[in-house]
Amino acid sequence: MRLINRTPGRLIRPLMVVLPFALILIAYAIASDMRLSVNPADRLLPAPSTILATAERLLTEGDRRTGRILFWHDTAISLQRLAIGVGLASLTGLIFGLLIGLLPYVRTMLSGFVAVLSMVPPLAILPILFIIFGLGEVSKIMLIFIGITPFLIRDLAQRTVEIPHEQIVKAQTLGASSLVIGLRVALPQVLPRLLQSIRLSLGPAWLFLIAAEAIASDLGLGYRIFLVRRYLAMDVILTYVIWITLLAFLIDLALRNLSRRAFPWSEGGL
Amino acid sequence: MSFVSVRNLFQDYGRPILERVNLDVREGEFVSIVGASGCGKSTFLRLLLGEETPTRGEIRIDGNVPATEPGPERGVVYQRYSVFPHMTALQNIVAAESFDRRFGLLFGAELRAAKKRAQAMLDRIGLGHVAQSYPAALSGGMQQRLAIGQALTAKPRILLLDEPFGALDPGTRLSMHDFIGELRADAPMTVFMVSHDLEEAFKLGDRVIVFDKVRWDPHAPEAYGATITYDFDARDGGIPFQSLKEIDHVRPTP
Repeated sequence: MRLINRTPGRLIRPLMVVLPFALILIAYAIASDMRLSVNPADRLLPAPSTILATAERLLTEGDRRTGRILFWHDTAISLQRLAIGVGLASLTGLIFGLLIGLLPYVRTMLSGFVAVLSMVPPLAILPILFIIFGLGEVSKIMLIFIGITPFLIRDLAQRTVEIPHEQIVKAQTLGASSLVIGLRVALPQVLPRLLQSIRLSLGPAWLFLIAAEAIASDLGLGYRIFLVRRYLAMDVILTYVIWITLLAFLIDLALRNLSRRAFPWSEGGL
Repeated sequence: MSFVSVRNLFQDYGRPILERVNLDVREGEFVSIVGASGCGKSTFLRLLLGEETPTRGEIRIDGNVPATEPGPERGVVYQRYSVFPHMTALQNIVAAESFDRRFGLLFGAELRAAKKRAQAMLDRIGLGHVAQSYPAALSGGMQQRLAIGQALTAKPRILLLDEPFGALDPGTRLSMHDFIGELRADAPMTVFMVSHDLEEAFKLGDRVIVFDKVRWDPHAPEAYGATITYDFDARDGGIPFQSLKEIDHVRPTP
């Protein structure tokens, strides 16, 4: 039987899913053990038990000075920045995507402009954002916004253009105006794609968030990682990295479920 | 005065597609349009629909000004993509009533009345039991019924069918022919249907018009456009006013 026609059985399947995770954990444990056996004070690869202990301390114990549990405060503020940035970008992407996709005048004027705009490296203009918007919340949100909006606009404009022309003509024969075609034909069909695009943009969004927090902030997941780097506190860094990964994964999962439940008519594929 | 009048129609996409097309259609007539691939049938349908503007000539419906864009005067059903995939069968029919509103929505009592009428329409076209299903869950034949029901709900003056049954299996196609027959028996409407199937064209049509090129340059096949070359009377199975038992010879031609 050809390899492409072989599929794993039902029993072995979960095992194979877990395997890469287990392998990397084992590899880490071995490497950590090797380093610690040579030098018990080694900080580069802390033992898994040390990381767990640190994680427990981070999640439950308050800051010595203020008594706040910084881990949760970092999480809250980072998620807030992410949500506002991604939310604004989605809204802008949706509006401009629909306009560019539906109206030839807007398309002629803006599609080239957006294509060029999307080539500007967002991190390169981070200093400009700090200069214009200061070091507060606005500059961080703006970085996320600027980073992912051009992609969202282009993706949604493309999806709007791909709506079969027959449907647009059909809507016109039912007496629909441009506005009604936008609201009742294009918008609902583009929404599932929006969720899909947001899922794709979440990676870059996290990147921009952490970059902005690393450079100028006093709270946030990215800020904390770059702060404790000075003390080589790998146990804290790894806890935060695992936490960020978990958050990103959960958000992705939630968006996928939302997409399935909210758009039952778009058959699978998401 | 004819209901649909096509006068000296030319369409040119850099090369001529249609030339000197003239046609008069009475209200309630079913016109089948046939011809080889690339002979301009679909172009003619797009011109009838108002999706394209002819290079020369004009199409008038009931003497109205020629259309520059598709509108509620003309309904259309395509081979595919004729219904909205994000709406249930019922919503698709309601949309035919609500799309000419400002935001494309109906509210309150109006919505309830429209839903009631939509359910009646679905029952009439045999889709009453799948009112809450999305088009993706319907068979090809059901989707086309829905598309026709939706087009009729908007009460167009003429209905354009672009190979509406081309993607259906032969059995479904036959039942769709009966369906069209029933609809026309209820309310005569003016229909233009593009078809690749000659048998279907003659079976459904009152007239069958054929598009072809009358001038042909073997060195430049693109040099001339197509026009209507035949206009058959297809009533009574293509042999109108004749039968094995000839009753009289004095019946006036209509």
